[in-house]
Amino acid sequence: MTILAKHAAYRQAYDALLAHGVDPLNVQFDSVLSPTEGILNGQRTILLGTNNYLGLTFDPDCIEKAVDATRRQGTGTTGSRVANGTYDGHSRLEAAVAKFYGRKHAMVFSTGYQANLGVLSTLVGRGDHLMLDADSHASIYDGSRLGMAEVIRFRHNNPDDLYKRLRRLEGIPGDRLIVVEGIYSMVGDTAPLKEFAAVKRETGAYLLVDEAHSLGVLGATGRGLAEAAGVEDDVDFVVGIFSKSLGSVGGFCVSNAPDFDILRIVCRPYMFTASLPPGVVASTLEALGKLQAEPQLRANLMRNATRLYDGLRAMGFQTGPEANPIVAVTMPDQGTAGVFWKMLLDQGLYINLAVPPATPSNASLLRTSISAAHTEQQIDQALNIFADVGRKLGFLPSDRRRAAGAL
Amino acid sequence: MRDEIAAIFEQVLGRSVMITDDTDIVEDLGMDSLGVMNFVMAIEDFYDLSIPLDRVAQIQTVADLVRAVEDLKSGSAA
Repeated sequence: MTILAKHAAYRQAYDALLAHGVDPLNVQFDSVLSPTEGILNGQRTILLGTNNYLGLTFDPDCIEKAVDATRRQGTGTTGSRVANGTYDGHSRLEAAVAKFYGRKHAMVFSTGYQANLGVLSTLVGRGDHLMLDADSHASIYDGSRLGMAEVIRFRHNNPDDLYKRLRRLEGIPGDRLIVVEGIYSMVGDTAPLKEFAAVKRETGAYLLVDEAHSLGVLGATGRGLAEAAGVEDDVDFVVGIFSKSLGSVGGFCVSNAPDFDILRIVCRPYMFTASLPPGVVASTLEALGKLQAEPQLRANLMRNATRLYDGLRAMGFQTGPEANPIVAVTMPDQGTAGVFWKMLLDQGLYINLAVPPATPSNASLLRTSISAAHTEQQIDQALNIFADVGRKLGFLPSDRRRAAGAL
Repeated sequence: MRDEIAAIFEQVLGRSVMITDDTDIVEDLGMDSLGVMNFVMAIEDFYDLSIPLDRVAQIQTVADLVRAVEDLKSGSAA
C-alpha cells in the first residue's frame, strides 16, 4: 500500500490497455520533422493527431520571430506579470488578439487550461450559477471547481435542456453564465450556437464560448464558431488558445465588458504563474498575422478534413456528425480501439486513442485531427491504412462475415 | 418517492433493481460515471429540478438522493 493506492481503478484500466501491447499515454517521438511527419520507433510516421490545424509550427517566419525575440529578450520571463512586470510583447499580443476579435479587451494566459480556470472561477462567484455543457473540456470542469458558483450541467448541445434549467432558476438571484465550446475536442461536433444565443437573450444570462479548437478553423475570418453562426454580438466572452491553430502555447479571453481589467487582480491562474516567454509571444503574434493574411490555410484545412471524413464514412466507419478538423471513429470497446490504434501506429499513422473517462458517452474513439499542411497524398495514405487495419480486424462491412469466421 | 426513484433506476439501467435507503448508488447498483450522470439527469427531468454538481458529489446512497431531491423541491437548498 502506498499513498497512491487510491488510484487503483485507474491503474487497472491503464494496465488493461498495456496488456494489449498499447501505451497511448507514453508515445515517444524520436523526432518531429514537420507539422505532418515525425519519426516514431525509427519509422517515418504521418502525424494525424496533433491539433496542428494550420500547420504553422514550422513556419519559417514564426520560427524567425521566436528566435529573434529570444535572442533579444531571453528565454523566459521568470515571473508573473503582476509581480515581475509585463514585456512589450505581452501588451502587443493582447492588443492584436483584441483587434482580431473586434473587442475592447484581451487578456493572455500562460496556457489554455489556465485561461478557463481563471475566467470561469472569477466571472461567477458565490450565489451565481454556472451552466456547463455535460461534455465540457476538463479545464472547464476544473475552472468551475476553483470558483464558488453553483454548477449546473445541461445535456450536451441541447439548448432546450439548458432553457429548462435556466427557467428553474427564475426568481433566484445571482448571475448566470452559460459555457459552450466552438468545436468539441473529442468528436469534432459544433455547438448549436444560434439556439444557445437565443436562450441567453431570453433568460438574461451571459454567454462564454471556448473557441480552443475553432479559432483559425471556423468563420469567414477564422474567429471561430460565433463568427460562423453570426452571433458574435451575443457572446460576452470568448476564450481561445494559441496551442493549436497558432502553433505555440497559451490562452486568452476577449470581451467588451467595461470593467474587464479587474480580472488582472482577481484571477489567480493569471496572477500566480509565470507569463509567456518572449519567443512564444513573438511566434504567436506572427502566426495570428498569418491566420488573417492567409485564408487559404483555412480552405486547405477544410478540404483535407472533408476528404478524410468522407473517405472514412464511405468505408463504413462510424464518425461524428460533421466534417471538421477533428474526426473521430467510434470503436465498439476499449480493447478493440487499443488494438486498432496500435496497428495504425505500426503502419506509420499516428492518431489519438481516446477512451473513458475522457470521452463523451464513455465511447472508445480513434481521434484524428487534420492540418492544412497535410497533402492529399498523406490523407489518402491515412485512409488506406485505416482501410487495411479495418479489413484485418473485420470492421469494414463487406468483411464482417469473413472476420467472424476468422476471429 | 423511493418507488419513483426505483422506476427511474430501472429505466436507466434497463433492469429491475431492489433499493433501500442504504443502497449505495455506485457500489451496489454497479453504475459507472456515465450511468450516474444519465440517472441524475433522469431524476432532474422527473422532479423538474437541477441538482448542482457539488450536491451530486455528496450523494452516495438512495437516502442521500431522496434528501437532496426533497431539499431542492422545497427550495431550502443552499
